[in-house]
Amino acid sequence: MNRSRVLLAMIGLLVLCPRSWAELVVEVTKGQDDAIPIAIVPFNSPTEAGASFDVAQLVGDDLARSGRFKSMARRDMIETPHVGASIAFDDWRRLNNDYIVVGQVQAEGADRYNIVFELYNVLTRQRLLGYQISANKAGLRLASHQVADMVFQKILGIRGAFATRVAYVSVLGHLPNKNYQLVVADADGVNPRVVMQSNEPLMSPAWSPDGQSLAYVSFEGRLPTVYVQELKSGERRRVSARAGVNQAPAWSPDGKKLALTLSTRDGNLDIYTLDLASQALTRITDDPGIDTEPQWSNDGRSLYFTSDRAGGPQIYRVGIQPGDKPRRLTFQNSYNARPRLSPDESQLAFVTQEEGAYRIATMDLRGRGDVQVLTRGHFDVSPSFAPNGAEIIYASRDRGRGVLALVSADGRVQERLVSSEGEVQEPAWSPF
Amino acid sequence: MKRMITIACLLAGAALLAGCPKKATTVQPPTAGSQVGGSSNTSPNGGASTSGSELGGDNANGGRDAGDTTGPLARKVIYFDFDKSEIKPEYTDIVKLGAQTLTARPGLKMKLEGNTDERGTREYNIGLGERRAQAVRRALMLQGVAETQITTVSFGAERPAAEGDDETAWAKNRRVELVYQQ
Repeated sequence: MNRSRVLLAMIGLLVLCPRSWAELVVEVTKGQDDAIPIAIVPFNSPTEAGASFDVAQLVGDDLARSGRFKSMARRDMIETPHVGASIAFDDWRRLNNDYIVVGQVQAEGADRYNIVFELYNVLTRQRLLGYQISANKAGLRLASHQVADMVFQKILGIRGAFATRVAYVSVLGHLPNKNYQLVVADADGVNPRVVMQSNEPLMSPAWSPDGQSLAYVSFEGRLPTVYVQELKSGERRRVSARAGVNQAPAWSPDGKKLALTLSTRDGNLDIYTLDLASQALTRITDDPGIDTEPQWSNDGRSLYFTSDRAGGPQIYRVGIQPGDKPRRLTFQNSYNARPRLSPDESQLAFVTQEEGAYRIATMDLRGRGDVQVLTRGHFDVSPSFAPNGAEIIYASRDRGRGVLALVSADGRVQERLVSSEGEVQEPAWSPF
Repeated sequence: MKRMITIACLLAGAALLAGCPKKATTVQPPTAGSQVGGSSNTSPNGGASTSGSELGGDNANGGRDAGDTTGPLARKVIYFDFDKSEIKPEYTDIVKLGAQTLTARPGLKMKLEGNTDERGTREYNIGLGERRAQAVRRALMLQGVAETQITTVSFGAERPAAEGDDETAWAKNRRVELVYQQ
């Protein structure tokens, strides 16, 4: 997956300039007690104007933001080695570091740089990683995220997700003149880019499996319509504008179909699948209750969804072949909705209501179906897994404003992303 | 940790003060499409009087609000209790008046916009809003209004009438708006 660096026509900037870019700032509200202490020593960089990018700072920020690492403060560093041979391990051990990263940024010619770095275990003095990444100036940020990914994976055995993106809805202004934006930003909240904006609501962004497109619901014209928009070109197609409800698009794992919610004339909401190429529509549920919020299983043969056929909303699973009967999955609490699968389908995240509060919970799909409530807010909704399954981004409310928040899949790390302007909601984490 | 948050906040502040970041790269956002007749980014609200103007084209693609703020074609609102879609007794008069107006003028149409308060998941709230709109639709049809005169749309929790995380605001958002269209 490549992140495109499409240059914007000046028209777009002029149109959007009057409103500030609402950038997200991440605050760790609860880190792990046993966060691993690591020193990311500032890299040696060429002094020319071209390469003043602080790779080590970004790597340290990424690792710290995961909540699993404690990055050593620069002011405490008494030496700044740039290669393994220069590391005085005893000094770094005395300062309680378990790991150290050293490196350099080398200029290779016109707009070409080489990031060279090494990761060492401070106690054993063993070199765990030695790598170099080539990038142009515009690519140094992404390359730094990739360094963080490699360090993360080497130490924790989990693939890093620092080089990924999040899509979300930003709402600016006040009634009755709200402005809605569909935004894509780097996973650390930097570089927000507005991909669509409207004076009517936007909802339900969903990444295609190849990370190139977003499906979403737009109420432009005051009617809900499902669009698929290709991010690189900005081109979009209207994929469902049927009379009544067109909502909750969800991509099949092969990217060829969307599951979505449509309604009959009598307002009965049910789940259908739509073949994007042939436009063939297949009805999946047929029940007088509200059936919505579909999500595909990894093998593309089942759908998880929300249904209130039993009274209040609960989560069900049904095979897409005709005649399969939905099987109820949630039994704890009277409200369980909005299922989202972890990438390896080992866990289901969803919204549960306990004691009047809406919270993010996970269910263990491989064991006995144990449910763990991960968050403590009152309006925690819209969970979305990171592509490495390690974290869940979700929407919350803080002092009357919509904010985004992060919780690790085991509940131990919590973070908040605050927008500098307006409200943010409906996050969707990109694939790798 | 604190230092990083400070740096991040300072960077965010600087980005704001600098106005649009110079290195911003975005795809030009498409303007909201205009597959429906009329402009899609503005919706005439009370005051934009358009009585007498006919909209050609597909009826299913919304019409233009009749726009009256007073009189029989004014927009009316029915409010609902939490998690309920039953029409409370105090609103039966609104339904009756609506039915009388629509049955008297078979060319007149009505759009029922269903809404919920902000609690719960957004997509399920679309369903609840639709349920409320359908309750009003059925009540109108029971009083003789033709099916073809009524369309429903649900905004779920997306178009609140009042902002706030409390019951005062929530009560104003659990509603169906009855909007005449010409």
